[in-house]
Amino acid sequence: MDNIANTIIEIKGLGKTYSGGQVALNDINLDIKEGEILALLGPNGAGKTTLISAICGLITPTSGSVMVAGFDIRKDYRRTRELIGLVPQELTLGAFELVVNTVKLSRGLFGKKPDEQYIDSILEKLTLSDKKNAMVQQLSGGMKRRVLIAKALAHQPRILFLDEPTAGVDVELRKDMWALVEELRRDGVTIILTTHYIEEAEEIADRVGVINNGQLLLLEDKHTLMQKMGNKQLLIELKDPINAIPETLAHYELELSADGTKLSYAYDIKSERTGITGLLGDLGKAGLSFKDLATSQSSLEDIFVELVGTQP
Amino acid sequence: MNLEAVKAIYFSEMRRTRNTLLQSIASPVISTALYFVVFGSAIGSRIQSIDGVPYGLFIVPGLMMLSLLTQSISNASFGIFFPKFTGTIYEIMSAPISHFEIILGYVGAAATKSLIIGSIILITAAFFVELRIAHPFWMIAFFLLTCVTFSLFGFIIGLWADNFEKLQLIPLLVITPLVFLGGSFYSVSMLPEFWQKVSLMNPVLYLISGFRWSFFEVSDVSVTTSLSMIVMFLMVCLAIVWWMFKTGYKIKP
Repeated sequence: MDNIANTIIEIKGLGKTYSGGQVALNDINLDIKEGEILALLGPNGAGKTTLISAICGLITPTSGSVMVAGFDIRKDYRRTRELIGLVPQELTLGAFELVVNTVKLSRGLFGKKPDEQYIDSILEKLTLSDKKNAMVQQLSGGMKRRVLIAKALAHQPRILFLDEPTAGVDVELRKDMWALVEELRRDGVTIILTTHYIEEAEEIADRVGVINNGQLLLLEDKHTLMQKMGNKQLLIELKDPINAIPETLAHYELELSADGTKLSYAYDIKSERTGITGLLGDLGKAGLSFKDLATSQSSLEDIFVELVGTQP
Repeated sequence: MNLEAVKAIYFSEMRRTRNTLLQSIASPVISTALYFVVFGSAIGSRIQSIDGVPYGLFIVPGLMMLSLLTQSISNASFGIFFPKFTGTIYEIMSAPISHFEIILGYVGAAATKSLIIGSIILITAAFFVELRIAHPFWMIAFFLLTCVTFSLFGFIIGLWADNFEKLQLIPLLVITPLVFLGGSFYSVSMLPEFWQKVSLMNPVLYLISGFRWSFFEVSDVSVTTSLSMIVMFLMVCLAIVWWMFKTGYKIKP
């Protein structure tokens, strides 16, 4: 990811409180960069869909602002909405319509002139060509999902929201969908997807945000997260406490606990040399003897559970 | 102006109409023919004429109004209720369309359908009676205004209704009685004085009266009153729909 990439969506202090007093979004601040794939993780009811709905204009936020490509989503809704495509979580499709007609309708709604060729190419990419003239109600769930994606792409959006795109989707569609996402990314389309599958976020996202109880708890580059995950900690419990780490061990970048009884060493399990053998040898040479050894590793899931778990 | 979106909604709605073509055309033709047989021939033969107009001819404007009102309301209300019911309204709400454009698409399509049905009734009527239209311009004006106004009214009902029962409630309980009591099949002057006064509270009376005037130059109330009433009703509907969109009433939490 290019760090100097432009911010395409700028969310500031976004809040949504329903008339019943239920807080769905609480002071969300988030910058989404052009061309990135951002995965929003969170349990059901965390506020992911509400956040997307607010950006797309389906609900009215109670506070804060959202700018899309420099335009306010309320004042300049025409300019912001024409850039956005939305694939909703529910399989919402009119029953008595032909596949091709419903996709054409979407293109028109977003102000684009009819373009048979483009519509055909979208249908083909989603392997819907042979269902072009089928009634929507006759399609299977997976096929309906494809139609929803085709509708969202019908007006060539620059930003695509995928709300739980793989919920109840078979392996084949999932594969097709990720291939399509990859292709869209190559074309520079910004993709925001919500999911509660952590592996999914790991697989395709550039950045990962964690939402719970309407709050954005964490937003980090996936690689930074992966590094945290790839890193293991070796915890060395010393027989006798020390005041400082000996000079000879300086290059291991050890951390000494406050009471001087524990040393921790971070290492990358993927690297060829973890340095553990050397460290243990050097500890002996420095005259330190140890009581116990332990290793630990944090996964994205741990981070996630920890974050979500600390929520009231 | 997002003209492509207005066109998309309009033609999508008209496509829905085309899919039910037989029902759309056959039902007004059959019901009109039935009314002519029952009221025009069976009962009408015992009623000489009203204000110098033969009874069979007299009921033509009322019959048209009856269909226009019920059809406009049912088409427009269903047109917007169905996307709400299936959830597809998310797309309309997230598209770069103004409220006015949404109304233009949906109400325009419903009004077009009513215009077609009204014309079919008029043509069918021509087979039963010798039609005459004294003021074609005003006849078309009333015709258009009624289609648009009541499609808009139907649109409001469709936005308001959150189940199928509510969708049927107003057309069945309010509109049908008002049309029947609004002088579709009789002149209000035929009623006792007390009921004449009561009838004046019925807004549909003004519609039918004005429309009938454009055909035969006979009316229960003055044409200007009729015209002002329908324009006023149109304004009220516009104000309600504007308020609904403005506040997101039952559309946008």
